[in-house]
Amino acid sequence: MDADKYLMKQISVFSENRPGRLAAIAHALGEEKVNILAFTIAESEGFGVVRALVDQPEKAHKKLSACGFNVAFTDVIAVKMKDEPGGLYRIAKSLGEAGINIEYAYAYSGKQQAVLILRLDNANEAIGVIQKSGGELLESSHAI
Amino acid sequence: MMRWDPRIEEMPRDELRKMQYKLLKTLVYRLYSFSEFYHDRMKETGVHPDDIRSLDDVTKLPFMFKHDLRDNYPDKLFTASQDERVRYHVSSGTTGKPTVVGYTQKDLDGWTTSLARGLTSIGLGRGDIIQVSYGYGLFTGGLGLHYGAERIGATVLPTSVGNTERQIELMQDLHSTAIACTPSYLLHMGEVAEKMGISIAKDTDLRCSILGAEPWSERMRVRIEEWLGIKAYDIYGTSELSGPMFTECSEQDGVHIWSDLALVEIIDPKTGESLQPGEQGEVTVTMLQKEALPIIRYRIGDISSIDDDVCSCGRTHPRIRRIAGRVDDMLIIRGINVFPSQVEYTLMTIPEVGQHFQIVVDRKGALDDMLVRVELKQEYFSDKLSDLMHIRDRVEARLKNALNVNVNVDLLEPGTLPRFEGKSKKVVDKRSL
Repeated sequence: MDADKYLMKQISVFSENRPGRLAAIAHALGEEKVNILAFTIAESEGFGVVRALVDQPEKAHKKLSACGFNVAFTDVIAVKMKDEPGGLYRIAKSLGEAGINIEYAYAYSGKQQAVLILRLDNANEAIGVIQKSGGELLESSHAI
Repeated sequence: MMRWDPRIEEMPRDELRKMQYKLLKTLVYRLYSFSEFYHDRMKETGVHPDDIRSLDDVTKLPFMFKHDLRDNYPDKLFTASQDERVRYHVSSGTTGKPTVVGYTQKDLDGWTTSLARGLTSIGLGRGDIIQVSYGYGLFTGGLGLHYGAERIGATVLPTSVGNTERQIELMQDLHSTAIACTPSYLLHMGEVAEKMGISIAKDTDLRCSILGAEPWSERMRVRIEEWLGIKAYDIYGTSELSGPMFTECSEQDGVHIWSDLALVEIIDPKTGESLQPGEQGEVTVTMLQKEALPIIRYRIGDISSIDDDVCSCGRTHPRIRRIAGRVDDMLIIRGINVFPSQVEYTLMTIPEVGQHFQIVVDRKGALDDMLVRVELKQEYFSDKLSDLMHIRDRVEARLKNALNVNVNVDLLEPGTLPRFEGKSKKVVDKRSL
């Protein structure tokens, strides 16, 4: 199975840590009718990185770059979780046992399912590990 | 290599110093006797002409400042009577009253000589066509270059400033080989020429430029030389010195200050103490042969250092380095002198950040706190916070190393910092002292 179809293009945006920056990013995406599926903010002193999964990553990248933002694509994978106690444990355990490190992760719990978005040091290997342990991955071609 | 005045230009150092001492001694005696202003100033300082027993004793003499010229407007400082003066120039009073400088015929001759030597040292002479695009009039630039260029037998094209398209046409039609103007005007000219479909590099005979009257950088030199295909030489002078303007030689390695005309010192702007060659401080000049207006230890307010090694061109006269900034721009952070230009220079060597920056100085408790805000370049943006923190730490370390002061760095989004035309205001000082 081709692992590439499970690699999702997350957009990462450099942002100063001051009021209004998230609004500026969200406004730009809204203008382009790009829908944000999930996002998180990682922050350090003075600056941060806004990370988001969107339905049209190329369009989002283009628009934000044109607005003067520093934007990058980052490969992540999205794993469906059972929205019940122990759901996260099963995925985290299988990765841990395989020696795969999670650089960062965020999750959302939707109407139909819960999804865990993972940035890993070895995504290709992780895809196999997750599938072997019965986990299900979202395909990048599908809107989540 | 051509010399305008080989005997003086190649004079051994010790002989130059002897000459300077003699000139200084004569000057001080003359001023003590004939200048009420300087007589009083020396009395206040407790120094008598007899105290000047060597060239190094110049440090015993009191300083002169810009406000001395302003306070004595228009002509109270002159030591030559009106019928001996052959010209006036007036500098604009951006920060108050204007200042007037006057010249005897000998003063004008010294000015012209300094430029004749300088222009010759960059390979200009008879047969060259020098376009003078500095302003003519009360400003010293235009007429200064004009007489210097005529003295060496070159043809002068006195275009002054403005009407750029016509300047470019004349440059082509009359085959200008050199141009004297401000670096920003030359860049403007290059752009206008391109719009006219003319390449200065290919479609004109221009081969060098003499650029000054505003601060510029080595980076700008590279840009001008590559883009326009001409050599770019620095020229330095200030109207208060009434005349002499000094230039680089063909080595492009600092501006030669002709020792028979001017004695240059670099002093600590805080303490007034003399600094050693290589040390950065305030340029202070004594004009050794002026008749109309005495200029003794005049503090120009520019920051530079002296290069005292004999230049590889063979001329023995000391050179000053490119002007690093103005004393007014100098920041004192925890007792250490910091110049915005040092910050700029350091940042230029770090590819991850752009050329724009802002310095914010504040006081945290009893201590000064210096923050440098820089923009992160798109190509170095990483999704990993640790990479970004590493960039910031590296910029902080490099600045600390260059400035000897602890610096905090803020990484900003590109385009965040204000862009300025010309003189930039890159420092925000929030300290209430």
